[in-house]
Amino acid sequence: MRRNKAGDGVLEAEGLASIRGERLVFAGLGFSVAPGGALLLVGPNGSGKSTLLRLVAGLVRAEAGRLRWQGADALADLAEHAGRVAYLGHQDAVKPGMTVAENLSVWGFRDRVAPALERVALTSLADLPAKMLSAGQRRRLALARLALRPAPIWLLDEPTLGLDVASVARFGDMLAAHRAEGGVVMAATHLPLPLPGAAELSLAA
Amino acid sequence: MRLFFALLRRELRLSLRHGADTLAAVLFFLVTATLFPLAIGPAPETLGRLAPGIVYVCALLAALLPLDRLFGADYEDGSLDLLLLSGLPAAAVAAAKAGGHWLVTGLPLLLAAAPIAIMLRIADDALPVLLLGLLPATLLLSLLGTVGAAVVLGARRGGVLLPLLVLPLTTPVLIFGVAAADAASGGQSARPHLLLLTAFLAAALPLCPLAAGAALRGAAE
Repeated sequence: MRRNKAGDGVLEAEGLASIRGERLVFAGLGFSVAPGGALLLVGPNGSGKSTLLRLVAGLVRAEAGRLRWQGADALADLAEHAGRVAYLGHQDAVKPGMTVAENLSVWGFRDRVAPALERVALTSLADLPAKMLSAGQRRRLALARLALRPAPIWLLDEPTLGLDVASVARFGDMLAAHRAEGGVVMAATHLPLPLPGAAELSLAA
Repeated sequence: MRLFFALLRRELRLSLRHGADTLAAVLFFLVTATLFPLAIGPAPETLGRLAPGIVYVCALLAALLPLDRLFGADYEDGSLDLLLLSGLPAAAVAAAKAGGHWLVTGLPLLLAAAPIAIMLRIADDALPVLLLGLLPATLLLSLLGTVGAAVVLGARRGGVLLPLLVLPLTTPVLIFGVAAADAASGGQSARPHLLLLTAFLAAALPLCPLAAGAALRGAAE
């Protein structure tokens, strides 16, 4: 069992295992993240970083092991757990037929759309159809979704892929603000992320 | 509940933006139903006798058209993960999808059925019963279709598999819906047939979203 620093974590896992197809992706995986903490998942392609993020989000079933949030079984009630989680996958989940602002407002938090767009500097493009956005702008729109709903756990899969330097810096501010409020970040990445003091969890292929 | 309606509004807005896809089902219904008089001849007694069956079969086939995009688009662009993480149970997500499908496909089909039935010279007594029966029938098609669409999600050639899965399930709808209209035109009571349709709806209303929700969770894995 691999463990980074144990202690007063809010998000704790032990003995997690996942099987995709017929292949054991990882087993006996444990970690603990304290409030305001960050966990960086590193490892070669196919080592199960995305699978672990989806497992913590409750999208993939854990074959073994336990995930705890504030000491209680996190995955017991998936709908309740979903309320705690903000997940950013590989894909941007941006609907090309809707405007930039609509892509956020359809999730039901209308009053938070404008501030969320401001966080990723897309305010001036709010009324543009999302199909006109570049790949980096689409990624920023996906990042804006994180600021839409107060969720203590951020699960990020290659969050800065395709972003320019200024956008990464702005994203760093978002991460810092989230962690200052006691939020937890888990991120899988091959690129350097603005996550000072993040613990590393390395997954072997 | 607020989340549920936000999801339903999202469905409606997406359907309005892709208006061509939405209209396609109703136009398909109108065109296929119009083909019948051309194929079997315009004799009023023959057409009037077949009218309820024609309306039901065409509505059934038309309701299938938008199903493979019901979850398909969300599955491909990653939105399905977000839907499952919206804080609603997967069954509620499926129920919202079924509701959206009924509002943009089932309800327009129901409205289009009246002029089509009149064009096919349906008996005067049978028309109100036909429309009354189509109300639970279209709801059932949306519910059963949602289950089918969720089950084939992620399967190769899911679009081909979908009708093969859904059509057999809809045979009770067809049988009792048409029987109700036939009973009314024959001067008999349509009540038992309509009650059976409604009973089927009462069973499908909780079961179909649960089944579709479980299938969605499976597809997301």
